[in-house]
Amino acid sequence: MSEQKLDSMRKALGVAIQELGAKNIDIVVVGADTTESVHLDLFGKDFPDRFFNVGIAEQNMVGIAAGLAFGGKTVFCGTYMVFMERAIDQIRNTIGYCGLDVKLIGAHTGLSVGPDGGSHQTIEDIAIMRAIPKFRVVAPCDAPSAKAIAKQAAETRGPFYIRIVRPDSMNVYADPADDFKVGKANVLREGKDVSIIACGIMVQEALKAADKLATSGVSASVIDCHTIKPIDEDAIVRAASSTGRIVTAEDHNVIGGLGSAVAEVLSRKRPTPMSIVGVRDTFGESGGQPELMAKYGISSDSIFEEAKRLVKT
Amino acid sequence: MRGILIGSATAADNGEPMAIDFRADDKGLGIAELKDMAKRVRSDIIRALGSSKSGHPGGSLSCTDILVALYFSRLRHDPKNPKWPDRDRLLLSKGHAAPALYSVLAECGYFPVEELSTLRRISSRLQGHPDPNKLPGIEIPGGPEGIGLSEGIGMALASRLDGRKSRIYVIIGDGELDEGEVWEAAMAAVKFKLDNLTAIIDKNGVQQEGKTADIMPTNPVAKKFEAFNWNVIEIDGHDIASIIGAIDKAREAHGGPTIIVANTIKGKGVDFMEGRYEYHGKVPGPELLQDALDQINGVGK
Repeated sequence: MSEQKLDSMRKALGVAIQELGAKNIDIVVVGADTTESVHLDLFGKDFPDRFFNVGIAEQNMVGIAAGLAFGGKTVFCGTYMVFMERAIDQIRNTIGYCGLDVKLIGAHTGLSVGPDGGSHQTIEDIAIMRAIPKFRVVAPCDAPSAKAIAKQAAETRGPFYIRIVRPDSMNVYADPADDFKVGKANVLREGKDVSIIACGIMVQEALKAADKLATSGVSASVIDCHTIKPIDEDAIVRAASSTGRIVTAEDHNVIGGLGSAVAEVLSRKRPTPMSIVGVRDTFGESGGQPELMAKYGISSDSIFEEAKRLVKT
Repeated sequence: MRGILIGSATAADNGEPMAIDFRADDKGLGIAELKDMAKRVRSDIIRALGSSKSGHPGGSLSCTDILVALYFSRLRHDPKNPKWPDRDRLLLSKGHAAPALYSVLAECGYFPVEELSTLRRISSRLQGHPDPNKLPGIEIPGGPEGIGLSEGIGMALASRLDGRKSRIYVIIGDGELDEGEVWEAAMAAVKFKLDNLTAIIDKNGVQQEGKTADIMPTNPVAKKFEAFNWNVIEIDGHDIASIIGAIDKAREAHGGPTIIVANTIKGKGVDFMEGRYEYHGKVPGPELLQDALDQINGVGK
């Protein structure tokens, strides 16, 4: 589907918002002293009048974003998600409650933040955000899909939560990602024995796991379920029907994330043996990304093991 | 309808709609008419709360005169076209005072006064705390304290970007000043030089569980905002002329936001509620409610 290229999804998202700003004067950006690392500063350099850095004050950031949206603006607003979570009240009671046109960017999510440690590794954000009515929740796996999400979010009225990560990731999609649509899961690989449904940078881990499974005689589908809400129920049911086994994979707590969302669909529509690969309800710690993913059981190896286990039973 | 409980005589009492140009800078009503309207609104509040049997009388009665002065004298708005893009905006950050806002909006003609009796009932547009998606004239949701000033900043920025002359007014309770976000916003409004933003502190000195001086001292409020580089005006928040004078002064400010510290009395106009935290979120029984209405309308005194 794409060339093998390591790229930054946060940079791609920042560039995309900058480009959108040139086309639409009603797009504004609000940040909280992390705008360089979230790359929102790119927009700020081109459109200083429409760029608001509120300092280290996330509650105020979200409140101001809400006010701008009430005033008719399309707002991109973001910082590291672990900081933005202190504004869950404002997120719920303004953006969510009123269905405002605010696109929240939660940066540096998951264990993949690495050395900053457990205090910075949000593993609960998908669970929180998808439980707030009216929010769409998306987690891109690479730079091209992050770019596509920025564009589609700007064109779709209403609240978004866009979950991005700190490290670069290997491109899964071609650029531009024309086959990428918010709300529509992408089947990246067709298999017969098991379906791996992943989001964020676990998509690349899922592809690696599928390669390894193939060498041991297991044929695996890989599905990029980037939109966790509203989730693509048809794609999940199709995967369950065609392979009869599901493994989900996310850099997030096993409670309340992608795995839970998939289980909610299958329990209603097609009960299917499944396994949830994710952080097992514990906080992370400092370390390199690959070390952390191995230690906390969210690497391609864990997906491989779970898929093998399901195929055997 | 309103019936005998209304003691005051205003232009609307004969059933005719009041001929007010709400879009005007100065709607031309005299102080006496505004005072009459405040009585009428206080009566509406008491009756609405009598119907809902729950809600917040104290903080509604303390900000009534401020709301009346704004909506019937200085706020540029349009009850027939609530989304008029050039309107001024009134943000009730202390959303628990919803009965006061609803009563003023109803008296302006945003919706029928009779609808006030549906307050807090199932399927009503008059939610316990305001919901802008349900009721015309509501600008922001209420409920959790401390968010309104931030939203006001966002609206003031949007208004400035669009080159509109809209002014943004945010009514904040003094108990609400406990919330850290208010002070985050206090810094930001100055950074962004928002002279189209006016905050009004309904400083009634009482919050849910007691006096603010005991629960969490917020004084000296005016000095704190001075130190944050706001233009500060301190007034008697029940004196209509002072309220209008302060609003006019705030309109003339350049280069930064203005705060009006309005000294008020919680439960103003009803003796057994005045200054009493017990009536922050409690509605008395029918006899006391009738007593409250009589007091407001000067019956039997």
